[in-house]
Amino acid sequence: MGKYILRRLIISLITIWLIATCSFFLLRLLPGNPFATDQLLPTEMVEQLMDYYGLNDPLWKQYLTFMQNLLHGNFGTSLKYAGQSVNGIIAEKFPISAQLGLQAYILSLPLGILFGILAARHRGKALDYSLVGFSVLGVSVPVFIIASLLQYIFAIKLEIFPVAQWKSFWHTILPTLTLSLGSIAGRTRTMRTLMLEVISEDYVKTAKAKGLSSPQIVWRHQIRNAIIPMIPNLGMEIVGILMGSFVVEQIFAIPGIGAYFVKSVTSLDYTMTLGLTVFFGVFVVGANFIIDLIYGLVDPRIRVVK
Amino acid sequence: MNEHLLEVRNLAVSFDTYAGEVQAVRGIDFTLDAGETLAIVGESGCGKSVTVQTIMKLLPSPPSRIKSGSILYRGEELVTKSDKEMENYRGKEFSMVFQDSMTSLNPTMRVGNQLCEGIIKHQKVSHAKAKEIAIQMLRQVGLPNPEKCFRRYPHTLSGGMRQRVMIAIAIACNPQILFADEPTTALDVTMQAQILDLMNNLKKDLGTAIILITHDLGVVAQMADRISVMYAGKIVESGTADQIFYNPRHPYTWGLLGSMPSVADSARRAKSELFSIPGTPPDLFAPPAGCAFAARCRYCMGACQKLDAPEFQADDGHLVRCWLLDERAPHVTPPIGRHAALNSADEEGK
Repeated sequence: MGKYILRRLIISLITIWLIATCSFFLLRLLPGNPFATDQLLPTEMVEQLMDYYGLNDPLWKQYLTFMQNLLHGNFGTSLKYAGQSVNGIIAEKFPISAQLGLQAYILSLPLGILFGILAARHRGKALDYSLVGFSVLGVSVPVFIIASLLQYIFAIKLEIFPVAQWKSFWHTILPTLTLSLGSIAGRTRTMRTLMLEVISEDYVKTAKAKGLSSPQIVWRHQIRNAIIPMIPNLGMEIVGILMGSFVVEQIFAIPGIGAYFVKSVTSLDYTMTLGLTVFFGVFVVGANFIIDLIYGLVDPRIRVVK
Repeated sequence: MNEHLLEVRNLAVSFDTYAGEVQAVRGIDFTLDAGETLAIVGESGCGKSVTVQTIMKLLPSPPSRIKSGSILYRGEELVTKSDKEMENYRGKEFSMVFQDSMTSLNPTMRVGNQLCEGIIKHQKVSHAKAKEIAIQMLRQVGLPNPEKCFRRYPHTLSGGMRQRVMIAIAIACNPQILFADEPTTALDVTMQAQILDLMNNLKKDLGTAIILITHDLGVVAQMADRISVMYAGKIVESGTADQIFYNPRHPYTWGLLGSMPSVADSARRAKSELFSIPGTPPDLFAPPAGCAFAARCRYCMGACQKLDAPEFQADDGHLVRCWLLDERAPHVTPPIGRHAALNSADEEGK
């Protein structure tokens, strides 16, 4: 197990280094400079700013400085928000996005699995059809439409939840629902398929031949085996939820980190974009690392391959 | 008339598919007495597995459907029993050993726990007690170091060991009937012999009746008291092992026995080809009106095409579905069996 962890850890580190390096150079391929959009600045001032932030240095030197800072966990200062460090902005805004993402994830994980199991258990019956119908809708309807619908129904008509903003737990419910819906839908479909595959396995027949009751068979023999192929996707789904949260934050006027990310790219705020990309990269790679460990715990056949 | 342990009467099972109704089993009768081994033989797709899985009601319904017939276990009708009621029979009164031990055990569960499940369910004991019984069971089926085995996962065991575990699971609650669905097909020959020995010993020790499904006549010869030969969803011939092996009466049985390679044969006819029955089994979407074997039968007569043969009694307890046994049919010398043996002995004497 120790070797397995070590190998995964090294691969993760290499991945993060690749993310950082690639995004550093790709960003510099974009035309223009961070201060070109501010029309009011005279050329001399732009030059002065470029000098100040070290942007006139040779690219390799800038890369080395960036990597050196990165190793110290320092993402540098934002080029747009004068005087604010990228670390500071992450520390302030990320918890909000994280709360939203986490709530959506925690909601969608069990619900998606539950719906999938229910649909498979009632295959070909009304419950199955409605769950499949729901999941097709959930996957295909874009987030902003779901958001508007939820806002219209629950905030404007029924007046149960606030329309937007991020103040209390009450405010978080609609955005969480919006964000998790697609995830629930996708997982329902996957889980249903996996369950149906497992139902026809020989060991399920063995379990039945032992005289176990239907719930016992589902619980002890089907669910665990059905979930295994789904585990690797759980890491990728974190990415999906993160991306979705950028849009949802916009719609519900949530002061999360999404807006900063999007704005930093369009305004060529190099340090901010890089910092956030690497930060999210580490986050996603870390999540996948943990998922890989869980995979080994759930499936004994993986555990042996050290 | 004394009561049989298991009595199957006129059982017909169909599968409803998009392409139509597949008549997998088309009216079969057989009985099983306590402590007896009945072998059901026949080629792939003849309905052997469907028959036993129907008795245990393991087949999902739909698509499977019991069209008619009755299954009496100790005089109790099983056909009308609900799935819930069947739970008390499965694993306790009868249990099953499947063909492929790799896929028949849950890969994510320790062997011991899979064994304990049934014990806890049927013997209503604590987990600790169940573990004790399970380890004893593992020892009984000849697994070395049963305590260690208890904690192992199926993928760490060899094919023969897994099949032993399957047998342990099957006999854990001392069932009256053990269904063995090609229990040795996935094993190599030495393992086969060991597993068959094990099953024979367990049968002696526990008095369990066995229904053995196989297409391997070598296995049948080692195990069976009585044999039913199935073809296209019907039992075409049934009798004691001696009757079937030494005095087969149905042309299909002749074909089956004839296609069995034997060491003596190959020595005598060094270059002769292995015998096989020409043609393929009929389509069970639309089974023929007459005898299902007619199209492949060398001795086919006019009547065979039109009307399926009734059961003729060839001997005491030896039933054959073939028009050749009708008194109006011409006399046919079977190509194999006792007659063949006598013939070849004659030839050698000359």
